[in-house]
Amino acid sequence: MSRVAKLRHDRRAGVVLAVAFVVAAALMPLFRPPLDGFTNDAILALAYVVMALGLNLVVGFAGLLDLGYVAFYAIGASVTGWWASDFYSSVNGEKGIHIGTSDFVSVLPGIHVNFLLLIVGAIILCAIAGALIGLPTLRLRGDYIAIVTLAFGEIIGRVFANGDELTVFGDNALSNGRQSISPIDQINLPVFGEFDSATDLRPYYWAVLALCLVVLFVNFRLRDSRLGRAWIALREDEVAAASMGVPLVKTKLLSYAAGGAFGGISGVFIGIFLTSVNANAFQFGFSIFILAMVILGGLGSIWGVVLGALALGFVNHWFIPDVLDGETVRGWLDSLGLEFTFSEVTFGVFGFILVLMMVLRPEGLLPERRHQLELAEAAGAPEEPVSVTYEARA
Amino acid sequence: MEAASATVVPSRRRSEAVREFVSKYGLIAILLVLPVVYGAQDLSDDGNLTRLGNNLVEGLSNGAILALIALGYTLVYGIIELINFAHGEVFMLGSLAAAGLYGTFGLTPQTGTAGLIAGLACILVLAMLTSGTLNVMIERVAYRPLRNAPKLAPLITAVGMSFILQNVGILWIGASQKAVPDLIGSQEQLFEIVGLSISRGTVLAIAVTIPLVFLLTSFVARSRLGKAMRATAQDPEAARLMGINVDTTISLTFLLGGLMAGAAGLITALYQTSIWFFQGFSAGLYAFTAAVMGGIGNIRGAVLGGFIIGIVQGISDNRIGNDWTPAIVFIYLVIIMVFRPQGLIGEETREAG
Repeated sequence: MSRVAKLRHDRRAGVVLAVAFVVAAALMPLFRPPLDGFTNDAILALAYVVMALGLNLVVGFAGLLDLGYVAFYAIGASVTGWWASDFYSSVNGEKGIHIGTSDFVSVLPGIHVNFLLLIVGAIILCAIAGALIGLPTLRLRGDYIAIVTLAFGEIIGRVFANGDELTVFGDNALSNGRQSISPIDQINLPVFGEFDSATDLRPYYWAVLALCLVVLFVNFRLRDSRLGRAWIALREDEVAAASMGVPLVKTKLLSYAAGGAFGGISGVFIGIFLTSVNANAFQFGFSIFILAMVILGGLGSIWGVVLGALALGFVNHWFIPDVLDGETVRGWLDSLGLEFTFSEVTFGVFGFILVLMMVLRPEGLLPERRHQLELAEAAGAPEEPVSVTYEARA
Repeated sequence: MEAASATVVPSRRRSEAVREFVSKYGLIAILLVLPVVYGAQDLSDDGNLTRLGNNLVEGLSNGAILALIALGYTLVYGIIELINFAHGEVFMLGSLAAAGLYGTFGLTPQTGTAGLIAGLACILVLAMLTSGTLNVMIERVAYRPLRNAPKLAPLITAVGMSFILQNVGILWIGASQKAVPDLIGSQEQLFEIVGLSISRGTVLAIAVTIPLVFLLTSFVARSRLGKAMRATAQDPEAARLMGINVDTTISLTFLLGGLMAGAAGLITALYQTSIWFFQGFSAGLYAFTAAVMGGIGNIRGAVLGGFIIGIVQGISDNRIGNDWTPAIVFIYLVIIMVFRPQGLIGEETREAG
């Protein structure tokens, strides 16, 4: 078989595999009860896929290490708190504002906006926030970018955690502080009607699966677009990319904005699905949780990131609480005299994954070929710091 | 390190000199905003500056702790250009070790002065050694295998290490804050100066920090090993050609940074009289801010930055509220990194270029 024919054959095999995987995933909940622990975990894992794919645009494609990704989760989730709950119960003379809501919701006080509009709102807000966070990092490189984004993530987390002291538009608080905003409206879609997570999780599962497929499609198209190629060029060599005519400012800001928008979409979904928004969740650890998914799967590799997000989603919501802290393992630990639960040290597990992957297999589980080559090149030919230093200073 | 930053600066164009002037004094002006605003408020409310003065004194003891931690960041960054993200956790584990050793040495608030001083001196040495050894081990496991990898790789392992060590802290003392015996009566007033009460904790923090910084500075400036460190910082390849064992020198740098963090750990346990697995995270980031503020890679800069951030923290804790302090410090961090990445007395680095 010629090389081209083999590539085409491989690609067709890949497509068949992907379609089979999606069909199997779509049929899965039919074989489970409507309210099922496994479906619940799968919904959250798929929501993390959306988020990890967003972070992958920034870290994997453009090579800008963003340690403050939790900011977009915070904004996305807060959008549901602001516009899909009775948090602002005093608006419009306590009658509330309702846009595209179900009959049940349309009599409640507060602002209530349809799910699809919430997504649009979160995309706009997060894209703006992403560009604003990206703006100060334009002059910086490498680990300084990481620290500035980390600082922004922490600042935004703090603002929401202390948001009950801040007022916006009159005397309305920005957030409910350390208390959660709850309940959040259920998803209400034009044809499918209103979902109810208390009786049937399947609609949520299919909704997030559809969201994932859309985001995956957008990711593939972005990667192969002019912009995606510009991001990858930026990652490989910023100076070379700039001299080839890649506009650095625009390209970088678009990467932050696009990455942020996906984080916001996922934040909206998670906020609605958990029916509460709590600022205590907006912590640095969450950024690392998502970053670990990207690293585990393989920086820049879309299928790798999907795998990494699903894997860590299930590790977080099923493997650690149900298996490691389940009765069997508990029994072994008790017989050894060890008194701790794995749930306490969840983030230690993610930290361990980061170190292990970076030291043993930095290209990830399903590596992207181009990134693998870059790593091999870097390991083979150490750069010469001497010349770089003096050129930079001259 | 000093020598590395003392390269001859080529004559700059006028516009650059203006920019330099604006960014340096602009930064100083921004730093003065908090004390000046609250000083003016105090003068109009009480007619004197006692409240602000007390905030500043508290800031000095915070600052002594931050300065010691910041030294670890600055030493390591100076030599391998890595933000040792796990450094805050090295400090935290030093603190936990120190508090754990109270019982081993039989120290209680009732112990006599002589016994207390002898016991605390032993604990200081042991806490320093614990943190120092830990830092060397981290370098060996998480950073050395990645010396030739792309620059972001060691930073990612550093973040991973930091989470692992935090969880070691959780396994050790549990997830909640834990009170430790107040051995020295840290809040008791030792003496009063111009109407400001100086507590025992403050005196202890300063009295431990100043000699340690002095020892560290003279070690780096005078000893053979210090000279090897400065050479490696300047140019690892050339240092290797001159017969310096670069790997050992880097390990030594991590050891020194860890020793300082361990000392800060004991001071924190004595001064705050509580320990927590999460104390290293915020303290680490504040100390990193301090190191950048002083000019990363610069020892004197780290100490200066430590005291400045300590004072910012002292004012913010008392006037704006504990909950907002991280946000305030991180805003400073962003401002410094964006507008003056070389810090107050540092040189431009490759990163900031």
